[in-house]
Amino acid sequence: MLRGLEMETPRTNLAVASQPSDTLTTLKTESETLKTKLEEERAKLHDVELHQVAEKIEALGQFVMKTRRTLKGHGNKVLCMDWCKDKRRIVSSSQDGKVIVWDAFTTNKEHAVTMPCTWVMACAYAPSGCAVACGGLDNKCSVYPLSLDKNENLAAKKKSVAMHTNYLSACCFTNSDMQILTSSGDGTCALWDVESGQMLQSFHGHAADVLCLDLAPSETGNTFVSGGCDKKACVWDMRTGQCIQSFETHESDINSVRYYPSGDAFASGSDDATCRLYDLRADREVAIYSKESIIFGTSSVDFSLSGRLLFGGYNDYTINVWDVLKGTRVSILFGHENRVSTLRVSPDGTAFSYARLLVNWSGSHSVITPL
Amino acid sequence: MAKNNSLHPNSNGETEDSPNMLVYRKMEDVIARMQDEKNGIPIRTVKSFLSKIPSVFSGSDIVQWLLKNLFIEDQVEALHLGTLMAAHGYFFPISDHVLTLKDDGTFYRFQTPYFWPSNCWEPENTDYAVYLCKRTMQNKARLELADYEAESLARLQRAFARKWEFIFMQAEAQAKVDKKRDKIERKILDSQERAFWDVHRPVPGCVNTTEVDIKKSSRMKKPHKTRKSVYGLQNDIRSNSPTHTPAPEAKQPTEEELREQIKFWQAQLDRHRLKMSKVAESLLSYTEQYSDYDPFLCTPDPSNPWISDDTTFWEMEASKEPGQTRVRRWGFVINEVLKDPVGREQFLKFLESEFSSENLRFWLAVQELKKRPIREVPTRVQEIWEEFLAAGAPSAINVDSKSYDKTTQNVKDPGRYAFEDAQEHIYKLMKSDSYSRFIRSSAYQELLQAKKKKSKNLF
Repeated sequence: MLRGLEMETPRTNLAVASQPSDTLTTLKTESETLKTKLEEERAKLHDVELHQVAEKIEALGQFVMKTRRTLKGHGNKVLCMDWCKDKRRIVSSSQDGKVIVWDAFTTNKEHAVTMPCTWVMACAYAPSGCAVACGGLDNKCSVYPLSLDKNENLAAKKKSVAMHTNYLSACCFTNSDMQILTSSGDGTCALWDVESGQMLQSFHGHAADVLCLDLAPSETGNTFVSGGCDKKACVWDMRTGQCIQSFETHESDINSVRYYPSGDAFASGSDDATCRLYDLRADREVAIYSKESIIFGTSSVDFSLSGRLLFGGYNDYTINVWDVLKGTRVSILFGHENRVSTLRVSPDGTAFSYARLLVNWSGSHSVITPL
Repeated sequence: MAKNNSLHPNSNGETEDSPNMLVYRKMEDVIARMQDEKNGIPIRTVKSFLSKIPSVFSGSDIVQWLLKNLFIEDQVEALHLGTLMAAHGYFFPISDHVLTLKDDGTFYRFQTPYFWPSNCWEPENTDYAVYLCKRTMQNKARLELADYEAESLARLQRAFARKWEFIFMQAEAQAKVDKKRDKIERKILDSQERAFWDVHRPVPGCVNTTEVDIKKSSRMKKPHKTRKSVYGLQNDIRSNSPTHTPAPEAKQPTEEELREQIKFWQAQLDRHRLKMSKVAESLLSYTEQYSDYDPFLCTPDPSNPWISDDTTFWEMEASKEPGQTRVRRWGFVINEVLKDPVGREQFLKFLESEFSSENLRFWLAVQELKKRPIREVPTRVQEIWEEFLAAGAPSAINVDSKSYDKTTQNVKDPGRYAFEDAQEHIYKLMKSDSYSRFIRSSAYQELLQAKKKKSKNLF
C-alpha cells in the first residue's frame, strides 16, 4: 500500500506545479525576447542620422518672434486651447472651470460658459466652427453648440457625449462635428458619436493615464497617436481599435504629441525635458531635441506649417523653437513667471498661441508671430 | 544632447521617478557640482560692519558658473535657470523673501539638503504658525516679520485660536533651542529655515513652485514618504487629500494579455520598414516643398494678418477664385486637391468633362458618410450602394472583385466603414490616373498661369 502512494504522489505534484506560474513566466520571456528583437530590427535600418542628412540644407537665420495679441479674461490658469478652422477664433478652458471663445484677431470674447467642474483640461473647436467640446475633472466630454445670439445661455444647450472613469485629458473632433476622440486618465482613448453619445470604438493598450492625442492629418487615413504616463506613444487604427505601432523611448510622461504635417511622423514632448521625433515609415525615434540646460519638462509641442520648426512649451516658463531637421535650437522665448500649458500653431501657420498664467494678473493667452 | 539618468534607486530600491522627482534630481546634480570643492562656486565668509556674513557667494558667481559649466550661451538663459533653482529653494538670497537670481553682488546661500523639495515636503499651517510665532520672539531686526507674514500670523491665530497655547509653547521651545546655538550657525540655519518657508508659503505675487499639475499629483509614487512635520507637531502620516491617493499596484499581466502582447510584437516584426536615409530625404523634401507656404519662414503675400491687421490673406484663401500659390499647391499631391474645396470643385469639373466623375463622387460620398451621425449611416450606405455599386447603378464605379465581394457583405450589416476597401481602391486609381491627368490638363495649367501675370513675386 505504501508503495502505491509513493508512486502516485510525485506525478500529481508535478502536474500541478507546471500550470499557472510557469506558463506566465514563459510567456513573459517570450514577449520580452520579441520586444528586444524588434529593437534590433529597427536599429538595423538606422544607416544615418537625420541631422547629418540635413547638413546640406541652409541653416535658419536668427529667429525673432513678437507677441501680437494678448487675450485676458480667464480668472485662473489656462489649461487648454484650440484654434477654429477660420484661423482667427480660439476656444480656451481654465482651472476655474471657465470656457471662453474668442476672436483672437480682435481680442473680443464671443462666448463664455462656466463648467460645473474645475480643471477643464481639454477643449476643442468643431470643424464647422459651430460648436466647442470640453471636459476635465468631471470625467466627461461635453459639446456646446455656439449660436450667434449674444444672450444665449450656452450652458442650457450642453450635451454630454463622452464618459470616462477618470479625468478627461484631451479631446478632438474628427473631420466632422459628429465624432469626438477623447483620451483619459483611465488609460483609454475612445471615439464617440456626438448625437447619440454612443461609444463607437475604444482604444486599450496604455498602461497608465493617457495625457494627449492628435489626429493624423490625412484625407484618407483613420489613425491617431496618443501619449501617456507609461512613457509610450501609440498609433491607433480608428476602425479596429488596434494599436498599429508603439514607441517607448521617453524617460518620463509624454505630455504632448503632434503629427508632422505630412502625417509620416510625429513629435512628442515629455517630462524628461526632451522633445522627440518618431517616423512611422522608419518605425523608430529619429531625432531628440534637448539641451543640458533644459531640465524642466515639455508640456506642449506643435509644428510650423512646413514642419521645419518645432515649438515646445516647457514647465520652466520658456518656449524653445527647434530646427526639426538639424536638431538645433533656433530661438527661445522667456515667459518669466508665465507657465506654458498649451501651445498651438494656427491652422494656416500664420501664428501660434500659447496659454499662460500671468502671476499678478489672471490667466491669459498670447498670439505670437515671426517678426 | 546629454542623456539624463532618471534611474536613481531610492531607499526602497525602486527606480521609478515621478516627473517632479526627475526634475529635482537634475537640479540636485547641478547643485552638487556647484558645491564641488574644486570646480564649484567659491563660498566665503564676508566681513560686514561689526559682524560676519558666513557661507555666501554672489549672484554673478552663480551666473558665471552656469555659463561656464552648463554650456549655456547667454546670460539671460543662465539667469533664467538660476532663478528657477532659487524659486525651488536650492539656494536663496540672504536678505530677501523673493526667490530670484540677480546677476550682481547680492549674496546667496545654499539650502541644506534636509529642506530640499525632493524630500516631498508638505508642511502644515500649524508648523507655519509655530515658525512665525517663534520669529516674533526673536529680537533681531533682520528677523522682523514682513507685512505679508504678519498678516498670515494674524490669520493663523484666528484659525488656531483653540490650539494657540500649544503652538505658543512649541514656538518658545524652538526659540530656546535656537538660542543655544553658535551665533554663526544660527545665522545660517535661520536663513535656511526662512528660505524653506519662502518656497512653501511664498510672498504673495510670487510663483508657487510647490503647485503640482493635478494630473501628476494623483500619482504620487511614494505618498508615505511625504514629510509634513517640520517641528514635530504631528505624526508623519499621510492625510486623505486627493494628492495622496495611493498609486495602484502595478498589475501583473494576465496570460491573455501576454498572448496579446506577443501577437503585437510579432506583427511589428513583420512590418516593412524604410531605411533612415530614405526617410530623411523624404522629410527634407517635404519641408522644402512647403517652406514657401510657411509663414514663419516666408512672409505671406500680401501680408501676415496678425502683423498687418489686414485680413486680405485670409480672404484670398477663402475666395472661390484661387490664386497662383494656392493652385500650385494642388500640384504637390492629390490630398492637396481633395483638401481644398475649390480644388475639389475644379477636379470634379475636369472629370465631368471626361465623363469620368463617378470615382471622385463616390470617394466624396464615402467621406461624407463617415462624417454623419451613426443614426443616419444605414440609410446613407444604402443610397451609396444604389448609386455607385448595385447592379445597374447610375454612376457605376469599377472596383476589383475582392473589394466588391467584401463591400457586398458589409452592406448587409452597414457601418461607417462599409465602403472602406472600395474607397481605398478608388483612391489609388484616382491618384495614379485621374489626378495626374488633371494636373497636366489645360484647365489646371490655365489656372496656374492665369494669376502669374498679375501678381508679382516678392523675393
